[in-house]
Amino acid sequence: MRDRTFAPSRILIYLLVSLIAAAYLAPLAVVMLNSLRTNQEIAQASMIGWPKQWAWSNYLAAWSGFCVAETCAGIRPYMLNSALVTIPATIFSTMLGAIAGYAVSLWRFRGDNWIYGIVTLGLFLPQQMRLLPWTIVLRDIGLINTLTGLVLIHTIQGLSFTTLFCRNYYIAIPHELIRAARIDGAGFFRIFWRIILPLSAPILIVTVIWQFTHIWNEFLYGVTFTTGQQQPVTAALIALSAAIADIPQHGVQSAAVIIAALPTLLIYLLGGRYFVRGLTAGAVK
Amino acid sequence: MSKRYANLEVLKGINLDIESGEFTVLVGPSGCGKSTLLNIVAGLDRPSAGTVEIGGRVVNDIAPKDRDIAMVFQSYALYPSMTVRQNITFGMECRHVPKAEQEKALASVARLLQIEPLLGRKPSQLSGGQRQRVAMGRALVRDPLLFLFDEPLSNLDAKLRVEMRMEIKRLHQRIGATIVYVTHDQIEAMTMATRIAVMHHGEVQQFADPDTVYRYPANLFVARFMGSPPMNTMPARLVAEDGGPVVVIGAGRPDEVRLRLQGYDAAASFVGRDVVLGIRPECIAEGSRGFSGASGAPIVINAPVEMVEPTGAETIVLLRLGGEPVLARITPDIRPAPGALAPFALDTRRICLFDPVTERLIA
Repeated sequence: MRDRTFAPSRILIYLLVSLIAAAYLAPLAVVMLNSLRTNQEIAQASMIGWPKQWAWSNYLAAWSGFCVAETCAGIRPYMLNSALVTIPATIFSTMLGAIAGYAVSLWRFRGDNWIYGIVTLGLFLPQQMRLLPWTIVLRDIGLINTLTGLVLIHTIQGLSFTTLFCRNYYIAIPHELIRAARIDGAGFFRIFWRIILPLSAPILIVTVIWQFTHIWNEFLYGVTFTTGQQQPVTAALIALSAAIADIPQHGVQSAAVIIAALPTLLIYLLGGRYFVRGLTAGAVK
Repeated sequence: MSKRYANLEVLKGINLDIESGEFTVLVGPSGCGKSTLLNIVAGLDRPSAGTVEIGGRVVNDIAPKDRDIAMVFQSYALYPSMTVRQNITFGMECRHVPKAEQEKALASVARLLQIEPLLGRKPSQLSGGQRQRVAMGRALVRDPLLFLFDEPLSNLDAKLRVEMRMEIKRLHQRIGATIVYVTHDQIEAMTMATRIAVMHHGEVQQFADPDTVYRYPANLFVARFMGSPPMNTMPARLVAEDGGPVVVIGAGRPDEVRLRLQGYDAAASFVGRDVVLGIRPECIAEGSRGFSGASGAPIVINAPVEMVEPTGAETIVLLRLGGEPVLARITPDIRPAPGALAPFALDTRRICLFDPVTERLIA
């Protein structure tokens, strides 16, 4: 058994940890509670308080009733926009990253390390630095204010991360497998498809979680390159708060924020186990 | 043919001509370039200069898959996500061999290697020996011009290694395939090869059949690398006595050993000069031993015994000949006492003489 006496230092540590946790979770608690309080209640009392009656109608309003930018369909269409951007961009960036990681880790070719270095350099470029180049590119190919444009941006921006993840996973795969397959007559893509991909589940899950969360929560590109009906939900939430600036609707806003956060939360709950496992996969053998 | 990486020349002037149906073993210590050579033959690596020919066709610019070769790897390199069946048929699948033909080839190879009950399993569910068989099955099913084996037995335990060694040899005798086999284990080379290429520092030291490599090692490296325990080598002096050559170990010492040589005409030019004498441990035995085919009484020398190692099948004795340490293999039931003198019979017909400067075999 462990030593069960509570030394003063131990009590202090627990106290400190609890305080930090409380501070960290407080905003979430406030938003969750407010999402269940009526407008009047928030106006009469304060932003912080326990709901007197559960105002589930806030969620309905946020989902499909509330007016954003002159249409009154709630955040539902924007959630759909986000899904239409996030799902394809996640799939494309993950697949491309897997192929790129496979190429730089298991196929030696002239300049492979340079290419890998340049691709991962993208991790260190600040987002705002890329805004102008993307504006020019999207304008020139006619994808300004389209979901396709956002898919393109997120696919390409995501490559740095997905390539890094997959490369570091594949580097542990023995090269003899590739050699054997080459002698067997398989080419680059057949080896990837038949031999490497079936081994990739852990790293693909990690990459998908990472990319999905990142792209879903992304705000800057969404608000810069799309307007009105084309916006992803992160950008629409701002529009929503702007539209109701005159009469504060904190209840509905809070509900909208919670709904917008649900998909990433769900993904994490479903795949979180793999996430932790996958990040350390191959690190220790 | 040669191979260099940046400034490091790993293979120098390799020139090997392998006959169809031969079992050639490339043997040498690690880092001697034997695996690089195999990879170049396979097309997984490119030579810096020279040509590689398989079946009379220059294959330098031909992809591995089109060279009509099959390879067995040290790690077996079985595809982890595929069953044994899929592992074996993958190569045929890549070549679009019709399904019925695939099944036929698979069935015959599975029967040959006795892996029929394993066909539905994944590699992770197999033991080391079974994986080895599957890896061989994957190569055999292709029926190629040339088989390449890259240290296929080095991951097996000692007992299994001996079994598989015999099995590979039997397989070669049965199907008559042309095999190039890389190993660092000189026993594998001796037991399986029809010809051995001993490699060191990126050069072929000797390319000959096992008996020749063992009996007439081309130089001191080969002499000391092949055989276990290796050949005894020691400085000696060659002199002429009564018109014939005599080799003297520890010349001038009270316990010097003088051995008369017969049939060493090639050594005539070394009379009066220093040489390196080589004698295999099995050519030194207990004093009562007669060597097969020897005419007349054997040469028996009393020599001090330093250490005795009984192995069960024989007794290894460390003794001194003219002050030089020498290993002898004697019958297991004789255990000379360390520190005392004991009689030893020498088979002088099998002595090798080397040039001390060039280290090459003289005679």
